[in-house]
Amino acid sequence: MAMAILPELSLLTAVLAFFVLSLSKDLNSEQIKNTAVGFGFVTLFCTVISLHQQASMFFGSYQVDLFTQLFKLMIGLGLFFVLIAGQNLKDIELSVRPEYYMFFFLSCFGLMTLVSSVELITLFVSLELSSFALFLLVPMRSDQKGLRIQMEAGIKYILFGVIASGFMLYGMSYIFGLTGTTYLKDILPGLKNVASQPAALFAVVMVLVGFFYKLALFPMHFWVPDIYQGASNETTGFVATVPKLAAVALLIRFILLVPGDAHILITLLIVLALCSMFYGNLIALVQTDVKRMLGFSGIAHAGFIMLGLLTMEASGYATAMYYIAGYVFMNIACFMVLSNVSQQGENLAIEDLNGLHKRQPLLALVLAVSLFALAGIPPFIGFMGEFMLLTGALRHGYLLLVILAAVNAGIAIYYYLSVIKAAYTTDPEGRPDVLIDGLTKAAGVILMLLIALMGILPSRLVALADSAVRAIM
Amino acid sequence: MDSLIIKEGFPLLSFLIFFPLAGAVVLLFFNGEKFARYWTLAITMITAAFSILLITGFDTTTAKFQFAEVHNWIPQLNIHYILGVDGISILMVLLSTLIMPLCILASWRYIKTRVSQFMFSMLIMEVSMVGLFTSLDFVLFWVFWEFMLIPMYLLIAVWGGPRKDYASIKFFIYTLGGSVFLLVAIIALYMKNGTFFIPDMMWHHYSMTFQILVFLAFFLAFAIKVPMFPFHTWLPAAHVEAPTAGSVILASVLLKMGAYGMLRFCLPITPQATFLLAPYILGLSIAGIIYGGFTALAQHDMKKLVAYSSVGHMGFVTLGIFVLNIRSVEGAIIQMLNHGVTTGALFLCVGMIYERTHSRELSVATGIGKYMPWYVTFLAFFALSSFGFPGTNSFIGEFLILAGTFQANKFLALAAIPGAVLAAAYMLRMLQKIIWGGTNNPDQSYLKKHDLGIREIATLAPLLLFVFWIGLDPQPFLDMMHHSVVNLITQLNFIQQQAPHVASAFMR
Repeated sequence: MAMAILPELSLLTAVLAFFVLSLSKDLNSEQIKNTAVGFGFVTLFCTVISLHQQASMFFGSYQVDLFTQLFKLMIGLGLFFVLIAGQNLKDIELSVRPEYYMFFFLSCFGLMTLVSSVELITLFVSLELSSFALFLLVPMRSDQKGLRIQMEAGIKYILFGVIASGFMLYGMSYIFGLTGTTYLKDILPGLKNVASQPAALFAVVMVLVGFFYKLALFPMHFWVPDIYQGASNETTGFVATVPKLAAVALLIRFILLVPGDAHILITLLIVLALCSMFYGNLIALVQTDVKRMLGFSGIAHAGFIMLGLLTMEASGYATAMYYIAGYVFMNIACFMVLSNVSQQGENLAIEDLNGLHKRQPLLALVLAVSLFALAGIPPFIGFMGEFMLLTGALRHGYLLLVILAAVNAGIAIYYYLSVIKAAYTTDPEGRPDVLIDGLTKAAGVILMLLIALMGILPSRLVALADSAVRAIM
Repeated sequence: MDSLIIKEGFPLLSFLIFFPLAGAVVLLFFNGEKFARYWTLAITMITAAFSILLITGFDTTTAKFQFAEVHNWIPQLNIHYILGVDGISILMVLLSTLIMPLCILASWRYIKTRVSQFMFSMLIMEVSMVGLFTSLDFVLFWVFWEFMLIPMYLLIAVWGGPRKDYASIKFFIYTLGGSVFLLVAIIALYMKNGTFFIPDMMWHHYSMTFQILVFLAFFLAFAIKVPMFPFHTWLPAAHVEAPTAGSVILASVLLKMGAYGMLRFCLPITPQATFLLAPYILGLSIAGIIYGGFTALAQHDMKKLVAYSSVGHMGFVTLGIFVLNIRSVEGAIIQMLNHGVTTGALFLCVGMIYERTHSRELSVATGIGKYMPWYVTFLAFFALSSFGFPGTNSFIGEFLILAGTFQANKFLALAAIPGAVLAAAYMLRMLQKIIWGGTNNPDQSYLKKHDLGIREIATLAPLLLFVFWIGLDPQPFLDMMHHSVVNLITQLNFIQQQAPHVASAFMR
């Protein structure tokens, strides 16, 4: 029993540990850092050993199966690398670092319980737990220029987040009204009975909106650029990656609930996917702040993930899982470079990366690999994921969608290339060298290997994701 | 899979792909400048030596794919790791592997900064070139096709000339943008056939609309790579800014990928669309030949001159391919080799001048002949070869192409003739200025001590050997490709006879 929720327990322990640490007056940054990375590793280890657990707990509201555990493994991996990538917390004052990590782990805890929740109230509580902890991380950035952009970002994040939650609750109330239950397994047949009513579809779409917000899919993307820019590099590295895993997990769960004729929903998803891709890619072209650029690129990638979801079949969902996992690693790698290159935790413009190949060759390589991967250049995972998504969508005959998505891959290369150009073809021009420790080096190499090997040898991973999805269908 | 002759034992083609990769990985850890140079030279020499084994084991009496290796890769999508060479691709593989050591030699002193990274990029380049010409699975092909952009981009963007940013990004975006639809076409073909195995996609009766769409997707990607007029604008920029070795690879191998793609994919996979659209492509080819000739004639920058001459020469290649008879296609393939040898050599020659005078202006290089006799000897032979002087390699290629074209359509052949004349004009103009131009303005006498060194002679001599070998005794090369070409054209004509409604008016 405890075995099945080992990762959650480990995260809770971490939360408590940092709570205790936050009471101490005598803070040591090394100690805090090591504790955080240590707990990250323990959690990762727990997710690995509980991968094949099966359980149904808390009156059936909490499900543990391959699907949830696979997502927890991905969350665990993402968490671990985010902790290493942002271990220095340059822009977070020492006095609030224990609280920072406390909310950080609490947010992760929320995400893990979220993927396991199979009952609406549990699900909502988990979602809010993860979101509110995240909302608090953003304004913790120290105020450098007196502009208080981190406060602006925090408020925007909360307001948009609450609106999204409102949509979702509204949809849930419809679901409850139509079916009289909050358990997903009862909702499915319940909604089938009322499949002919538009309300059923409306209810599910409203709930999906809440997760579109997490995934930053057009038109629920408004928060992205300002929050990415306002939050510290390390926080953005987290906001941009791990929560999206949970969002995809829940999108899959809820799309499975769609009753009857899914035609309208598919059309909606196609439109949102295309808007997301074009919007994200076109606006990213003109960005000068690297984080903002990555934010818009994330919006475009959210559109790509829809390609997998809108096929409404197991292989499509499995590809979406594969793609989002790759997306998370590619992005963490980018943010790792940003966090380390940034001297005092300030935001970086593209030209701040000039001459990185001399200032820190390994990070330059990590950046180049992850950006080429994000751009969908083979043999990296970004390409293989994109290729499988396109293949899956074309199998269902969405030719125009596939063509437009492929065009988007062509547009996107320009802004990725401009960053690579800065890192590889320019001179440092007096910019200082970047020093990194052994742990960061190791993590950088491992991330590169993951990005390359997951792309070259995808079959096992996709097969695993496929069997995971079939477990909940 | 009956179109394959599986190679038992030593996986030669995989070796040719992965050996340079292993060499590149070593360079990540040991990056002394001197070591990087000798190491890369050794790796490319060994790869070249092993590629010779392909010739000895190659059976010229069959059109099947030989040295084939088949392994599962992604079973969910029926994607395999399949390699193999036929008479067309073996020549391209050899061209790639044999030209690599020469490129390394040419960069010996030219590249002074970030040497080990340069050599790393070169080796990665070799990996993707050999991989591309040998892969028989469309996804594998695509992987190499796209991956190749990374090292080539870096070669131009890092070690390039003053406008390297513009040139490298233009190269990358042009090529990537052009191949966007290629990916969609590949997936669409997979939907029809359920496999990515290239020979299984060939010679089917797809519907005409489908064929035309797929053909256009192929054509856009390959025409940009060739590059065909009017998709050529990235080429002069990339050539001029790239370092010598980059230009040589670009000219000798990368441009061939486009023509190879047309031969390997357009013709066999979409035969009826090929017949339907060939007249337009022939028109573009002629336009390219004439346009390349005239623009080359107007250049003052030697590298630009050679770059535009490439547009003209590749126009001959596409002309030969889309005339669609055995003679012209064989001529086109020979011309692909010729262009690789001759234009590669000309770029090397321009690079050697640039190393000495730090200028590529024709006016600065006038009268060098008096001081650098060795150099101009080589230059003269390559220039003669470039405009198809009898006895040199290009003569054979252009002759076969024109002979094939005459057979198909006399007007077309006549239209191509001015291109050959223009080639003579711009090459002789260059030769005249460099060899016999006035020596006092500017004063070049300091070059007296700087005639070609042994390393440079060793770089150019093998290319000169091929100029005369192909020029005087082309039969061994023709024998190699003959069965593959005959098979291609026979099948093509067979398909066309079965579908008489696609009568092609131009083939009178």
